[in-house]
Amino acid sequence: MTNAVEARRAKADWSAVRLHVVTGKGGTGKTTVAAALALALAAGGERPGDRRVLLVEVEGRQGLSQLFDAGPVVYEERRVAVTPDGGEVWAQALDAEQALLEYLDLFYKLGPAARALRRFGAIDFATTVAPGIRDVLLTGKTCEAVRRRAGHTHSTHTHSGHTHSGHTHSGHTQGRGKTQDRVFDYDAVVMDAPPTGRITRFLNVNSEVSGLARVGPIRNQADAVMRVLTSAQTAVHFVTLLEEMPVQETLDGIAELRAASLPTGGVIVNQARPVVLPEDRLKKAAQPGGLDFAELEAGLAPVGLADTDLVSALAELATEHAQRVLLEAAQREELTATEAPLYELPLLTDGVDRVGLDLLAQRLRDQGAA
Amino acid sequence: MNETGTAGPDLAGRGPERGAKHLDLDRLLDSPQTRIVVCCGSGGVGKTTTAAAFALHAAERGRDVVVLTIDPARRLAQSLGLSALDNTPREVAGIDRSKGGRLHAMMLDMKRTFDEIVLDHADPQRAEQILANPFYQSLSASFAGTQEYMAMEKLGQLRAHGRWDLIVVDTPPSRSALDFLDAPERLGSFLDGRLIRILSAPAKVGGLGAFKLLTGGVGLVTGALGKVLGSSLLSEVQSFVAALDTMFGGFRERAERTYRLLQTEGTAFVVVAAPEPDALREASYFTERLATDKMPLAGLVLNRVHRPQADITAERALAAAEQLANGKAGRRAARKNGSASVRSTDPSGAARSAKQTWAEPDWSEEQSSFEAAQSAQLAAALLRLHAERVVQSRREQRLTGRFLASHPGIAMLELPAQAEDIHDLDGLREIIARSA
Ligand SMILES: Nc1ncnc2c1ncn2[C@@H]1O[C@H](COP(=O)(O)OP(=O)(O)O)[C@@H](O)[C@H]1O
Ligand SMILES: Nc1ncnc2c1ncn2[C@@H]1O[C@H](COP(=O)(O)OP(=O)(O)O)[C@@H](O)[C@H]1O
Ligand SMILES: [Mg+2]
Ligand SMILES: [Mg+2]
Repeated sequence: MTNAVEARRAKADWSAVRLHVVTGKGGTGKTTVAAALALALAAGGERPGDRRVLLVEVEGRQGLSQLFDAGPVVYEERRVAVTPDGGEVWAQALDAEQALLEYLDLFYKLGPAARALRRFGAIDFATTVAPGIRDVLLTGKTCEAVRRRAGHTHSTHTHSGHTHSGHTHSGHTQGRGKTQDRVFDYDAVVMDAPPTGRITRFLNVNSEVSGLARVGPIRNQADAVMRVLTSAQTAVHFVTLLEEMPVQETLDGIAELRAASLPTGGVIVNQARPVVLPEDRLKKAAQPGGLDFAELEAGLAPVGLADTDLVSALAELATEHAQRVLLEAAQREELTATEAPLYELPLLTDGVDRVGLDLLAQRLRDQGAA
Repeated sequence: MNETGTAGPDLAGRGPERGAKHLDLDRLLDSPQTRIVVCCGSGGVGKTTTAAAFALHAAERGRDVVVLTIDPARRLAQSLGLSALDNTPREVAGIDRSKGGRLHAMMLDMKRTFDEIVLDHADPQRAEQILANPFYQSLSASFAGTQEYMAMEKLGQLRAHGRWDLIVVDTPPSRSALDFLDAPERLGSFLDGRLIRILSAPAKVGGLGAFKLLTGGVGLVTGALGKVLGSSLLSEVQSFVAALDTMFGGFRERAERTYRLLQTEGTAFVVVAAPEPDALREASYFTERLATDKMPLAGLVLNRVHRPQADITAERALAAAEQLANGKAGRRAARKNGSASVRSTDPSGAARSAKQTWAEPDWSEEQSSFEAAQSAQLAAALLRLHAERVVQSRREQRLTGRFLASHPGIAMLELPAQAEDIHDLDGLREIIARSA
């Protein structure tokens, strides 16, 4: 990389971070923002293939494949997008059952036994009820991708005997650029994480499994995961709307993470709508009837629209607008109190597609989030 | 999803969708035959708000109502007097009781509901063991489906109590509306699944004998589980499973009973959706599922609907805004600020660029032209806001129209999008009063 590129990267707020965990209240735009962040982090390389980012889905929603229009996102890593400057975004949909089978196979060579386990519902049991197992598996796989060195084909990908898909590590090296000059396989990993209400429990695997494992493989795995998650390599970002419930959840979530000594990142205000009135007018307009009807009528006169019905309708609209903007300002104020850096992404009125994602990615870069 | 559909004929985007039957809320809530109203829908569409608003409305029309909320916003909970998560219905103060109605509200405590089932079904010593077991704690706190199961359980309990003549239920905040119907079955089949039977077998006298043929498999399974979980853990699993064994069958039976209750005539499902593609798609799945399961659907509640207040089209409003910006007054202001007033007439672009278009007028101008510039800008900004609203309304109508076309005959009630969150009784009353 040239100095200029490096300098720009170093200026980004999270340049030391390699694992970006994106959480937020359901429906606020976690998946969308995670995808935009991945595109933003993948951009800015000098040559094609310079930057490579992995986007990880852990909730089994297939949200990513809908966004990228690049076929289903599956357990194996696949390239789903390329930025204009040749940066790559890869994606993977993690699944706890597959991860457990892979893990059993790797550490215990449990070929047929693993199948029996699945048949008796033990896999289902272990990944749904055994406290924390599921989360250790999902965070463990993600952390493995964060730490994976370039050029090393990762062990859990190369062993054979998977019960799933019969696939032995193919997707992963296919179509990759040269890897000689990279340290890590991925420059960054972005996780489309569980919602705010569950994020602390999800990431705090150590305390989660403490109830059941004081020693042994699960404990070791949890310790390894915690080393990555509590380090400066990780940041947990919150996506929110400027509405009461998501903002409240964000505040609670940040407080919880901090109490658990997990690293919080930025707050991304999503779907922000523009303000059309200057501040002094907003304050007046926020009061019902606070807008100057005569002035509005005079303003409409040159275009022949000065009728009283339209005037009162527009005044009502102005009041709604002003109330919303002031409410949003109050919510923004609450977020500011967390002292987490704030970023703002616009509401895309034409829906979210690749063009929209690129626009959001650009906004994230402009604001220094990537 | 991309929205590229064409504009409907109603350019002002006004009024409820043609062809939709009106959901007569008063009739539904007044009818003594209506005993349970279930508000379903995908996350964040307004299920809790709708449930609370319907319950309040019914109570003020004279019924004795209890509303079971799952996850009310903090301020709404406070207004309903729900400061504690204690599973007890409490009377809501501040309602109009002139027609003899009353309103009680409660917030579901999922874990406590589960604990209560355990306490009811096991002797005290055993119950204590179960409650302390880490597997039980995980199951009762975080198993996907526990909340849905417990919501149904609580509904069954409230109904059995017989104290209320109308029960309004909110449903858990899952992504998919279907989870409410599917999750209890999932928990049930998990609890009487094969693994549970195998693991609990050694605890029963002669249990293993009965499973002789399976012993090889059992050994394999317990052996492998032991490796993963560690052996002390395996014994925890076994004691948990053995303890649950006492309550065997109970779970599934209860879930089935409540499920049947949902199919009776006194129940009315209300599918809540926002006029957005994802929410309407979920509503569509759910509507079909209700039909398949023979569950009575009262209709669709379309929440957070935007309606234009004035009758002028987006195109006309934008053209007028542009004319104002390019007029004498507008030009003067623009020149001063260096902000170009060139803008497209693409209505959906209005929102994006509206911010840059307000230009502070030139203070050196004489008073009258200063005022003219100000008022022109005000009018232009509000006309653009109106255009934006019309476009949004049109889009909502198109999406709703698509839903209605595939569910002909479904009754619908529209609740307006309010400028502010709904957190008190007045707010709840207002959306009902403004419904259409
Ligand atoms: N900035 C945005 N502008 C417009 N629509 C958005 C934006 N961000 C998200 N959306 C839409 O909001 C909905 C929820 O977003 P999604 O990313 O799936 O949220 P989550 O993963 O948090 O549930 C989707 O329909 C998505 O297209
Ligand atoms: N019609 C509406 N206008 C404005 N805000 C609304 C409306 N309906 C719901 N809200 C707000 O949206 C948020 C989510 O509503 P809620 O009823 O809790 O949704 P759900 O239960 O489906 O998750 C709440 O803050 C609520 O006040
Ligand atoms: Mg998502
Ligand atoms: Mg709710």
